[in-house]
Order: sequence, then C-alpha cells, then structure tokens
Amino acid sequence: MLRRLLKDFRFSLLPVPGRIIAIVFFVALFFIPLIDDSKYALFVLTTSNLLVIFAVSWDLLSGYSGQVNFGHALFFGVSAYTVALLHKYFELQPWATIPIGTVVAVGIGVVTSIPALRLRGPYLSLLTMAFPLMLLGLVMAFKDWTGGEFGIPGIPPIAGSHVGEYYICLIVMLASVLVMWKLTDAGSKYIRTGLIFHAIREDEIAARASGINTINYKIMAFVIGGFFAGLAGALYAHVLGTVSISYLSMTMSFRAIIYVVFGGIVSIYGPVVGVYTLQTLLTFAGQGGQNFLGRNLILIMAILVVLVLLFMPEGVAVWIRDKIERECPRCKLTNVFWRKECRACSAPLH
Amino acid sequence: MVRGRGLSPPYSELIFLILNAMAEQIVIGTLVTGGVYALLAIGFSLIFGNARVINMAHTGFFMLAAYGLYYFIRRAGLDAAPAIVISVVAATLLGILAYRFLINPIREHHAAVLLMTVAIVLVFQEAMTAVFSSKYWSIPSLIPGFTDILGVSVQNQRLLILGVVAAVIVAVWLILSRTKLGIALRATAQDAEVATLMGISVPRTLMVTMGIATFLAAVAAVVVAPIWTIYPAMWAGPLVMVLVIVVLGGLGSIKGAIIGSFIISLVEVSVAILMPERAYLKVVFAILAMVIVLIVRPGGLFGVIFEEERL
Repeated sequence: MLRRLLKDFRFSLLPVPGRIIAIVFFVALFFIPLIDDSKYALFVLTTSNLLVIFAVSWDLLSGYSGQVNFGHALFFGVSAYTVALLHKYFELQPWATIPIGTVVAVGIGVVTSIPALRLRGPYLSLLTMAFPLMLLGLVMAFKDWTGGEFGIPGIPPIAGSHVGEYYICLIVMLASVLVMWKLTDAGSKYIRTGLIFHAIREDEIAARASGINTINYKIMAFVIGGFFAGLAGALYAHVLGTVSISYLSMTMSFRAIIYVVFGGIVSIYGPVVGVYTLQTLLTFAGQGGQNFLGRNLILIMAILVVLVLLFMPEGVAVWIRDKIERECPRCKLTNVFWRKECRACSAPLH
Repeated sequence: MVRGRGLSPPYSELIFLILNAMAEQIVIGTLVTGGVYALLAIGFSLIFGNARVINMAHTGFFMLAAYGLYYFIRRAGLDAAPAIVISVVAATLLGILAYRFLINPIREHHAAVLLMTVAIVLVFQEAMTAVFSSKYWSIPSLIPGFTDILGVSVQNQRLLILGVVAAVIVAVWLILSRTKLGIALRATAQDAEVATLMGISVPRTLMVTMGIATFLAAVAAVVVAPIWTIYPAMWAGPLVMVLVIVVLGGLGSIKGAIIGSFIISLVEVSVAILMPERAYLKVVFAILAMVIVLIVRPGGLFGVIFEEERL
C-alpha cells in the first residue's frame, strides 16, 4: 500500500508540474495562519475557500454535464437563508443548521432539474437565471420575516476563533474539491459519472443510445451541484454572520461563472485559480479600499476579465498548463515542457 | 360600518372612481412600459437570432444612452434635439465597436462570450459610477404638459413614447421584410453558412444587426429617461424583464418579443398598482408567467427551435 503510494508519487505526481503546483499550493494554505494570523487576512482567505467550493460546483454542473446554469446563486442563497431562518426562529446551532441548509439546497436542485429536463441550451440557462430572482422578489416582498434588504444578522460563527474557522473551511474546501475532482474524472475505473457527464455534454442522443439513463444523470448533476453550492452557502452565512439579498442576486450567480471561465471551464483547478486570482489577490492588492485599485475593484476585475477572454479564451489556468505541460502524442502521458521525448515511451514530443 | 347595510351611494361612486382610475393607469402603464420593453426585446432577440450571442450588455447601452442624454441636457446645457442625436449615435457606435473588437474575436466560445458581455456591462456601470457617482438623477420631460384623450389625461411624454415605439417597430418591420438588408439579416439568422454561399457577408451583417439592436436600445433610453430615474444599476431591472420576455416569446422571434413585452408589462404594472406594498412581487409574477409558458411550450410562444448548428 505504502509502496504503491510512493510509486504513484514518483511516477504520476513528480513529473507533472501542474500537480506539483497544486500540492504545494494546498500545503501552503495550511501554513498561512503561522505566517499571518490577522483577522482580516484569514477572513479573506476563508471566504475565498468557500467561493472555491461554490465555483467548482458550478463547473461540475455547467462545465462537465453541460447544463449551463445562470442561477447558481439559488442553491447558495437558499441554503444561507435556511441557516439564518433556522437560527432566528428555532435557535438552532451550526451543527444542525449547516446540514439542514445543504439538504434544502439539494431539494431545490431536484426541483430545478424538473424544467431542466425539458429545456436545453439558452432556454435552460435563462430559465435557471430567473429562479433566484424570483426568490429575491419573495424575500423583498415579505420583509417582516426575511428582513428585506437588510437581511438577517446575528448568525453565530462555526468555531470560537478565526483560526479554527479558517481550518474548518479549508478542510471542507479540500474535501469538496477532491470529491468533485474524483466525480468528474473521466479516466477513473471505479466512478463512471465523469465519463457520463462528458458524454451528455458532447452528445446527449448518442449517450442515450449507448444505454445511459441521461435523465438520472442530469438530476444527479443538479443534486451534486446543489449539494456543494448549498454547503458553501451555509458556511458562508456562518462565517459572515449575516445573510442579505446579495446572496441571491444575479451578481452572485455571475461570480461563479466569472471565476470558472476566467480560470478555465471544464477543469476543476480552473475555478480554484480563478477565485484565488480575482478574489483573493485583488482584495489583498486593494488593501480594503485604501488605494486606487481598492476603490475601483469591480472595474479592474471586469477589465482583467475582458483582457483574459480576448487573449486566452480557454482560461488562465488552462493557458498556463498548456505552456508548462506537453501531452505525448502516442501514449497520452503528460510531460514537462522541457522534455524532448516522452518519459514513458520515448516518442518525440513535437 | 354596520354589517348588512350595504354601501351608501357616495361610497360606491368613490370606489367606482378609484377602480376606473386604476384601470386607466394599468392600460397606459402597460402600453408605455410594454413599448419600452418591446424596443429592448426586439434588439436582444435580433442579436440572439443572428449571432447566437446572449447579450447581457444590451441594457448597458440603454443605460449609457440615458446617461448621455442626462449629461448633454443637464451638464452641457444643450437643447433636447442635438442631445438626443448625439447620445443615440454615440451609444450605437459604441455598440458596434464593442461587437467588432470584443465579442466577435471570441464568438466560438459560448461561455466566454456571455462572460464578456457581463464584463462589458460591469465596466459601463463602474465607469458611470465614477463619473456621475451613484446618485439618482432625473431629466425634465421632453414635451411637458398633459393631453386629454377620451376623458383621461395623459402625460405628453408618455404619448411621445407610444408614438416613437410604434414608429420604430413599423420601421424595423419594413426593414426586415422589404429591403435587401432585411433579407440578408433573416437569411443569416436561418443559416449562416448558406447565407455566405449566397454572397452575403455574414460578419458585416452581424455588425449591422448589433448596430440596429443598440440603436433600438438607445432610442428606448432617450424616450423613457425623463420618466424613469437614472442610476448606475438601472440596467439590471430591464435586463431581467427583457430576458423573461424573450424567453416567453421565443428566442429569436420578433413577433414573440413584441407580444411578450405587452404580456409581461401588463403583469408588472398590474402588480405594482394593485398591491403597492408588495411591489417586489412583480418579478415573481413575471417569471411565473414565463415558467408556465415554458412548461406548456418549451420553445416559447413563437420560438424558433434551432436544430444542431453546422460549424
């Protein structure tokens, strides 16, 4: 077992620069509180980690299974509002509110998938976009219970200290990303969902003709997407201590899309890169609105997105990966860019 | 009031008057709002039908034209006529340039195009916030005063909107059905590849489409700016309604866009007038109308079902 792990480490991790970068990055995240444990820095990183879960779940639903959902904030917001209402009216604690919020989001995922099975393409996208706005209208119309535009404040934190909160969110993020990466891995021998999601996106009729129950798998994609987005929403509500209508707004839905497309769609690492570049780096560079960058954060972000889309429409992470890795034309193994020959079959790499 | 006595005559007369006034307001409001939505939805539908681009920046150009009119009338002190011409032309040019240099190069990546239009509208919003701050601004009516029509007094500005909307819709219909340009536009919408074989320059046709669409949005903005408030997020509300309308009427269908506009604006105005304290429900009811239509007819009312596109 240990020898197999070691072998895996030597032959499928060390020679692939993308994987080394990912491992180094995630290990580094564990040591950040040792370097800087100021409340502000950890808060920014904690929210970024939750947004990573949110963005990756959009990538799974829309990138992999091709059900392009413009209203991903629905799952996030429903879960956050469930948490807040449960706390406000039933005084429930985080260990109870987070699972209930997530389950409610999953239920909403099933409900959303019903029209999604009938519609496709732009109709599906625009319909899903409408759902969170509908809920937003309800929240605003029944201000007495939901607090309207002021939201519901006073949700308790998950852990006593902000360092503890950071570690909980980091571990949840790592576990979620790992699970979603495995679920969408098309080369896996044990889990078929990855391959089937690819098949449904590329050609649904062909997938059905091959004996795949596409309806079940589409519902499954919505359930998985709803589950992780809901988990992120519930934790986000606890970390921020308040929910407001911005959780359900169109901006929230588009944030997921912006991070994913910026980093690279249909790749689990793309959204991670997207969130850490656009959210974390820009927030730190903006110094909380004290310099020019901080005051015009959205403008800078939008211009950055425009430039990236023009010059690398596949996304930043995919663009970088193509620069530092090269696929062997014969055995499809990944190699470092400076190798002239494939490391396994010594075929020339050009 | 004591039970069982019924209403005394003055009360019933008052209630009749109130109901009458409400009905008048609903009719006029529906026509005006529906007309504005129709202009926006036709443009959105044209772009989607021809270029297959979901243009989230569409109402961004609407906002730019409204701000332009505000700037030229209130800050630069121009007369209404030159201000209108400059704002409409500038917004249209900007739309064409944005299409040519930002959207066209990445048209084959669908998610990227959508995100690009979102980024464009965010840039507009932030630029307007930086220039005009996030305050609410207003413009005086282009034609002040009221006119009596069949015993109902209507603001002249609203009559102007109705007239302009009717004229523009007729003009668009004439262009699409009677001119060579219109034939080229419809041919591109049906099959871009065959249109190329027939000697139509598809890229140029798409640029013209974008020009027409932004022109319609800008016209809608200059006529409606005096009765709506101008603020940096003013694109979001109409955008949601336009999306609902276009999906309800059927993506890519002009007829569907016009009929959908009046259905949705009837819903919106009725909710706003009948239950003012729950005015936020107007979005809920509009979306409900859309969902019902979509469940009955998955392609919208007059939807064009696009077969698998050839590449």
